[in-house]
Amino acid sequence: MAAKHLDTNNNSPEAHSCLEEVEVRGHIIDSLILPKVLDCITTAGGSFQIKHITVGQNRTDPSSAVIEIRAENDVALQKIVAQVSDHGATVTSSCDCELVVADVDGAFPEGFYSTTNQRTEIKRNDTWHAVAHQEMDCGITVDPNTSQARCIAMSDVQQGMPIVVGHSGTRVFPLERTEQDHAFGFMSSPVSTEKPKGVMIRQIARQLFDNRAGSGKTLLVGGPAIVHTGSGSLICDLIRDGYVHKLFAGNALATHDIEQSLFGTSLGVNVDQGDLVDAGHEHHLRAINRIRRAGSIANAVEQDILQSGIMYECVKNKIEFQLAGSIRDDGPLPDVVTDALENQGRMRASIGDVTFCLMIATTLHSIAVGNLLPAWVNVVCVDINPSTVIKLSDRGSFQTVGLVTDVEPFLRSLLAEIRRLEQSEHST
Amino acid sequence: MCPPDYYGIEYEINPWMSTEKQADHAVALRQWQALRECLIEAGAGISELPPVSGLPDLVFTANAAIIYQQKAILARFKHEQRQGEEPHFRRWLANHGLQVFDTPSDFSFEGAGDALFCGETLFAGYRLRSDAGGHQQIGELLGIRVLPLELVDPYYYHLDTCFCPLVEDEAIYFPGAFDDYGRRVLAEHVSHLIPVDESEARSFACNAVVVGRTVITNSGCPLLHEQLRQAGYSPIATPLGEFVKAGGSAKCLTLRLDGEEAAHW
Repeated sequence: MAAKHLDTNNNSPEAHSCLEEVEVRGHIIDSLILPKVLDCITTAGGSFQIKHITVGQNRTDPSSAVIEIRAENDVALQKIVAQVSDHGATVTSSCDCELVVADVDGAFPEGFYSTTNQRTEIKRNDTWHAVAHQEMDCGITVDPNTSQARCIAMSDVQQGMPIVVGHSGTRVFPLERTEQDHAFGFMSSPVSTEKPKGVMIRQIARQLFDNRAGSGKTLLVGGPAIVHTGSGSLICDLIRDGYVHKLFAGNALATHDIEQSLFGTSLGVNVDQGDLVDAGHEHHLRAINRIRRAGSIANAVEQDILQSGIMYECVKNKIEFQLAGSIRDDGPLPDVVTDALENQGRMRASIGDVTFCLMIATTLHSIAVGNLLPAWVNVVCVDINPSTVIKLSDRGSFQTVGLVTDVEPFLRSLLAEIRRLEQSEHST
Repeated sequence: MCPPDYYGIEYEINPWMSTEKQADHAVALRQWQALRECLIEAGAGISELPPVSGLPDLVFTANAAIIYQQKAILARFKHEQRQGEEPHFRRWLANHGLQVFDTPSDFSFEGAGDALFCGETLFAGYRLRSDAGGHQQIGELLGIRVLPLELVDPYYYHLDTCFCPLVEDEAIYFPGAFDDYGRRVLAEHVSHLIPVDESEARSFACNAVVVGRTVITNSGCPLLHEQLRQAGYSPIATPLGEFVKAGGSAKCLTLRLDGEEAAHW
């Protein structure tokens, strides 16, 4: 019987950046070899995590445990590994990773290594190599000459590519919660409707502010509720002031934003007054048509057809935007990419420098982007519906911090916090 | 057993050995013969391995292999001084109807010196001469439970110098040769443990040969013998001082071919 569980000792692991995985086999529980090995690790100043343990059912059945050992530097780590080896522990990754050449386009060889969104390394010629473009649910391909490794999506596999199979010669560096503490230390539970939102919003404002000052890029993934709730102008402010560097959205957000700009309505509702406008249900279609006639959103801006709104600000401020289509789209707008794989590829190419991602009022788009982001990119998901955030975490984007709130008051508070930061910066 | 024709202290591979404290060959031979007679008198039959010149420790046949039913897992000696013994043990065991297996991978393993059955469980000493990883693989090979015990005192470099199963649930042991984990494992899995005083452990009290209820040890272990008598055993003392100079005694000079007395199988 195999049982998976995560058991960690109390030694603080945040300073322990060097790790090695070992296996102990045999009657490790009856013989106290397992507790002895664990004690040995902590006595020597290391920390451990039991990655996997199998307990024999019968008296003669052996058990086994895979233990990840961490230490603050390689010398300390090798000392611990040598000590536990005396008690029969063996290093699991003493061999190179196994490579099998892809035999067809668009599919991995059987038994391929399936990636997580955590920092990963592979061993080649006795040396560990970092895997680039870390992304969950991919495979790993390795350049045979340079041993450089990178994640590769199934659909991008080409015949002849060397692909990592099995788990030997691979290792994953799980992101410790403490590593996120500097950014979101207060967010001890990932999603709650009952949290003081002011503190969280202040932290998000700080991250946007710092990103603007530094080299990190902020990505906004937004749904049409931003426009429906009348928050479009707040996003415009963020874009104009340099707090948003990229926008991923669908046909709906862009359409309703343009509808509002051209007709003052969103889905036919007057955004300022909240009342229905005669023939307002036609507005979004007329908006799409007008942009299609112009050829693109950028052309519409250039021709003064589009003179305000989120998409207008994106064009004016040279903000990269990716609009992805869906089967329920009207139009769609000419900038919308309707091929799902092409969208994935474009988003993948764009996220390399993203360090912070704000997902607002969109479920499917958030999950799609969450799938692409490595675990070390901080993600904040804002939605009126708690299940959106839960879905995101359930699909592996565990680093997501959720904020359950209406979009408009959130953005208004966020902007106020940013203004406060700007003022305090200015006054110092 | 292997006659001590070529026995002597020719190198130093444990704290007992000193080439300056040579064994008296004539006395050693008499002691070996006396042990042999004690064993026969206790009911044992003895087969002999021919001695080989240049292999002084071949006399310590306990280290040849571990025997389980008709299988023998051959030793792989830690020190090269004894590695020359391996082919002689291999040949003899194979010629006597045993299926001989090598110790898995490149682990050190010193036979019954470090692997003793008590009931269904194989207790296995490690760190000083045998490797813990090898014990686990031997357990898997034989389909038995193995409980490795770390040996922490270099004077008790083999498990048979500090632990001796008497019957399935009773054993004598010297607590000081083990760490806390080892002592806890022994206490948990052997219901009657007879502790040996350090002064007698140094006389190799634990290095006993058990034949039925007869327990044969080196002389100089009166306290243990009293405990054994009270527990219903018949202890016999026979002087083996010349072999203690090499770090061995009664048990080390024998390899039980039909399973230790305490072995369940």
